[in-house]
Amino acid sequence: MINQVRYLILKEIKLEWKQKYAFQGLLLYVVSTVFVCYLSFRQIIDLPTWNALFWIIQVFAGVNAVAKSFMQESRGRMLYYYTLTNSRSLILAKTIYSLLLMLVLSAFNLFFYSLFIGNPVQDFPLFIIAVVLGSSGFASVLSMVSAIASKAGNNATLMSILSFPILIPLLMTTIRFSKNAMDGLAWSVSWQYMIILTALNALVFALSYLLFPYLWRD
Amino acid sequence: MSNKLSVAGLSWWKWICIILLFYTVIQGILIPVPRLPILHETIRNLFFHVTMWFAMIILMMSSLVYAIRYLRNNDLDLDLKSEQCAYTGIFLGILGLITGSIWAKNTWGAWWVNDAKLNGAAATMLVYLAYLILRGSLDDEHKRARLSAVYSIFAFTLMLVFIMILPRLTDSLHPGNGGNPGFSSYDLDNRMRTVFYPAVIGWTLLAVWLTEIRVRMKRYKYQHES
Repeated sequence: MINQVRYLILKEIKLEWKQKYAFQGLLLYVVSTVFVCYLSFRQIIDLPTWNALFWIIQVFAGVNAVAKSFMQESRGRMLYYYTLTNSRSLILAKTIYSLLLMLVLSAFNLFFYSLFIGNPVQDFPLFIIAVVLGSSGFASVLSMVSAIASKAGNNATLMSILSFPILIPLLMTTIRFSKNAMDGLAWSVSWQYMIILTALNALVFALSYLLFPYLWRD
Repeated sequence: MSNKLSVAGLSWWKWICIILLFYTVIQGILIPVPRLPILHETIRNLFFHVTMWFAMIILMMSSLVYAIRYLRNNDLDLDLKSEQCAYTGIFLGILGLITGSIWAKNTWGAWWVNDAKLNGAAATMLVYLAYLILRGSLDDEHKRARLSAVYSIFAFTLMLVFIMILPRLTDSLHPGNGGNPGFSSYDLDNRMRTVFYPAVIGWTLLAVWLTEIRVRMKRYKYQHES
């Protein structure tokens, strides 16, 4: 199974490399969103606003990036996977790949956001932890929702309305957590958020692992 | 539901529902209540708002249970029940939002405040509305049933976490949190309990009744179509 997951992830990366324009499109999406925000806000002095805007860009970039993880698969190719692999390896591979994608996008977002709008974060390592934990939660929720939405006729609106409400718990916890990091509070204050985020990630992951087999047979 | 024991055409539990709801409305307005700061007489909303949320959670839970059972048995009737429970749950949720808003206007002075519990409730409603849209966008019955069952299990579990855990992390204006006098066990005096529990049962039975009617209606419609 580990082998299957590894091959599936490698396949995703190769596929992405072959269609570079899609990936470049995502990066451009992040950069232009940040630029639009920069032009509308100019400079953000209020810390909570900085934080909230950063995460909103993350959410939109994430939805756009991960939406295609199942939507790009044609019916025929899904059938091909069906004969070759186990459904659980497929969702594992897709989630891990989405996680990698989200991390790259977050790095891009953070870089350009700091460049244009400024970076008032005081405890940078803790903020990075918040970004990693938050992004991994987004990646697993969005992969699962993408699988549902792709079965329901590849509708982009559906992807957003299905995922936004279930992202709220993750988003609220991450925003509070990263706000602590911005204020440079002691790590002991943020422990509970770290634990909750990890637990939420584990829960989402376990749910998609259990439920995905029901989704994929046609 | 077998209706073996029926009185004047209505089965026994429907009579219980009617009696309990009359009792709730009359007693809920008449009994003396403890005078707590901020809440005063508005504490009577306990018999309506809180009990409707309880009934909503019970209905959503049954929707979840039917969804899980559908995934195990592939019986479309279970899917129909799951859907209708969700519908009734949404209806109760809307009633809960309205009663909560009126109450909030009178005690906090605003129809809506930024509060973990309120936001949790709103997010839950969004999830179930999205669930309905998902159902609407699929034509194939089995596919619709399967996808929506998976989505509702996935979403409802996360929402439970949201409603149960997150409000405990932050201070909340909602009664029972952050030092506000609340409806929690220590200030719910025994006289209020005599209305509260019957009200929960009454609203839940009413919800089951509504769901049953809708399920029967839909079944009839499907039979007629095919």
